[in-house]
Amino acid sequence: MTKRLIPVFALLIVLVLVLSACGGGAAPEGQTVVETVVVTVEVPAEGGEPAAAAPAEGGILARVLDRGYVVCGGRTDLAGFGMLDENGRNVGFDIDFCRAVAAAVFNDPEAVEVVPLTAADRGPALQTAEVDILSRNVTWTSSRDAQWGNFTTIMFYDGQGFMIRKDSGITSTDEFDGATVCVTSGTTTEQNLSDFFRQNGMEYEAVIFEESAAVYGAYEDARCDITTSDKSQLASVRSGFADPDAHIILDITISKEPLTPAVPHGDDTWFDIVKVVSYALINAEELGITQANVEDMKSSDNINVLRLLGEEGDWGYTDLGLEPDALANAIAAVGNYGEIYDRYMGPNGISFTLPRGPNNLWTNGGLIYAPPIK
Amino acid sequence: MASSELEQEEIRPPQPPGFLQWIRENLFSSIFNSVLTVVLLPVVVFIIYQVLVWVLFQANWKAVTQFPLLYTVGQYPRDQLWRVGFIFSGMILMLGISWGRWGGLLRSITLAAGGLLLVVAILPVQHAELTLNMRLYLVSNIALALVGYLIGKKIPIKSYLIFAAWFLIPIIGVILLAGFESSTLIPPVQTTQWGGLLVTFLLAAGGIVLSFPLGVALAFGRRSSLPVVSAFSTVFIEVIRGVPLVTILFMFSIILALFLPAESRIDRLVRALMAVTVFSAAYSAENVRGGLQSVPLGQIEAAKALGMSNFKTTIFIVLPQALRAVLPAIVGQFISLFKDTTLVVIIGINDFLGIGRSIINSDPEFVQLRTEVYLFMALVYWIFSYLMSLASRRIESAMGVESNL
Repeated sequence: MTKRLIPVFALLIVLVLVLSACGGGAAPEGQTVVETVVVTVEVPAEGGEPAAAAPAEGGILARVLDRGYVVCGGRTDLAGFGMLDENGRNVGFDIDFCRAVAAAVFNDPEAVEVVPLTAADRGPALQTAEVDILSRNVTWTSSRDAQWGNFTTIMFYDGQGFMIRKDSGITSTDEFDGATVCVTSGTTTEQNLSDFFRQNGMEYEAVIFEESAAVYGAYEDARCDITTSDKSQLASVRSGFADPDAHIILDITISKEPLTPAVPHGDDTWFDIVKVVSYALINAEELGITQANVEDMKSSDNINVLRLLGEEGDWGYTDLGLEPDALANAIAAVGNYGEIYDRYMGPNGISFTLPRGPNNLWTNGGLIYAPPIK
Repeated sequence: MASSELEQEEIRPPQPPGFLQWIRENLFSSIFNSVLTVVLLPVVVFIIYQVLVWVLFQANWKAVTQFPLLYTVGQYPRDQLWRVGFIFSGMILMLGISWGRWGGLLRSITLAAGGLLLVVAILPVQHAELTLNMRLYLVSNIALALVGYLIGKKIPIKSYLIFAAWFLIPIIGVILLAGFESSTLIPPVQTTQWGGLLVTFLLAAGGIVLSFPLGVALAFGRRSSLPVVSAFSTVFIEVIRGVPLVTILFMFSIILALFLPAESRIDRLVRALMAVTVFSAAYSAENVRGGLQSVPLGQIEAAKALGMSNFKTTIFIVLPQALRAVLPAIVGQFISLFKDTTLVVIIGINDFLGIGRSIINSDPEFVQLRTEVYLFMALVYWIFSYLMSLASRRIESAMGVESNL
């Protein structure tokens, strides 16, 4: 009897493992979402946890406050966005946003735990609310919005571009036919590339590597004519080449990559808090509030500045359960949007230099725009 | 006088071959070998020369030498480093004591470690992380090893106490590293901050210590006459062995999280450790089962005839012989477990390899230096794997296991 059951058991377990592999490798399937819902319902029955740790849905803010720090899904291996400094401290454009939220909630930019996530486990980590914020260079797409969590405010407009050697003689994408292209495997980058060439009726030969460092190494060793990735990444890589001026990043952008911090589904207050922090950083740049002058600005005669800094009126802090000066604290901790950008990608940035382009304020011809704080 | 000296010389045992004789015997023993030597020697010299030129003059080791702390402890808070230092010193002391007690390979390991510490401590370079305090700490560890040696040599400590201390160090170490919620002296440090070699060692040591008993239990379970136990063990072993470690890591990291409520979530590092343990246990189980089958039935019958219980027969008769027979296979399994821990990179844990990748990708300039970083990491993994294999050979010869190595 038991011997007959063995194959059945084995089959079941194998099935679970195979499913886990699929869920891990690509964007999670619909069924994983179903699983989460079922499980959260079952929690109180089987959880031997103390009663205080009840909120599975709708209690992210309560959990953050109870814990005393924000858990931020980030990364440690992308120059400019999420990386380590020489003391092992998490820094980067994405990480600073988490620090801004922590400063708004706890008045302490260090009240952050950065959980390094890979491309495969960032979705599940947000779905299961393992992280309070996912700020990890994630492109906002409709399916991710439906499955993973709530996307807040676009903080960085990126897009896929091409880099070529100056001496290759190529001046536009029309001359790409028959080229060899270095690209990372298994990403949307690879997919966008093939779509682009097919749409334009051109042929190409792909040189594919798993790791991005290998892709750019091969490109620099002239094993391919073109390399393609998000433009911010291309700028970063180019700045590391022995002779950056020998390479050009073409103007053309073949995909939309709005990089956006996201929060788990189920807690609107937490969603609002994260959003208002992003609005504050953007509005602060518009209004000229910087990390250095935030205290002086509290006695400004501009009513919008006073509102943002919590000196006048209520920007919503009562309903969100924050202090009036929460946004002022966030700016004092990491600076305004432009300061964060310049810290890593400005002319004297730590990582590399990337002109603001679409990431300029709307008043300067860019796309960065936020609702008013009032 | 001259004649007596001559006589003495004649009594001496034959001298080991001299340098020239060695060359004649090994490189020019026949015409074919001579030709081979003449042809290959320039090739070998050329390769060695090129490698040396690259290592010493062309390679840029900046990405390796600039961040010794990142490679060793990852993001562990720099103001809490004393905890890591405390554990390290504890291990150095125990290494010294073990050297004094047993000598042999432990002597070589301790001396090598001490030599390395000394070299690092007196490196004549300016380095931000190699402060005077750090140098003094490194030197004091050498003294600590010597103190340990004297203790082990002079004071007859029971062997099992030393084993117990070795066993306790990692347990105390993990508690100390994690800290306590309400303590100001040792505040909690999240495991996401742990990294580098520290995490690699924790995963490897934890995986070895936990998977071995589990593997033994599964091996017995598979041979059990209880159908449920044997079916479970067989299914467990065969399923785990039939699936790549990457898949198991993903399952523990992602699927397990989907089944657990947000509040009772298991720590990421623990999840990785569970995956590594389960994976390694399945392989250990089959190794141990091989050993169990090699124990002649007569041994068990003899034990029974002496009136030993089933339990005693297993513990005192079967298991020691079984483990002795498969020791090389088990150590091989541990070495591969040590290297397999690098796979935790894919679930976002910054072990030694993960930190190396983070360093490469943290600065556009370092992307060009990835060859140096990967070579350095390969060397470190090789050193520790080789140490384990050396140690296993010593244990084998001490236990009288035939070895062709």
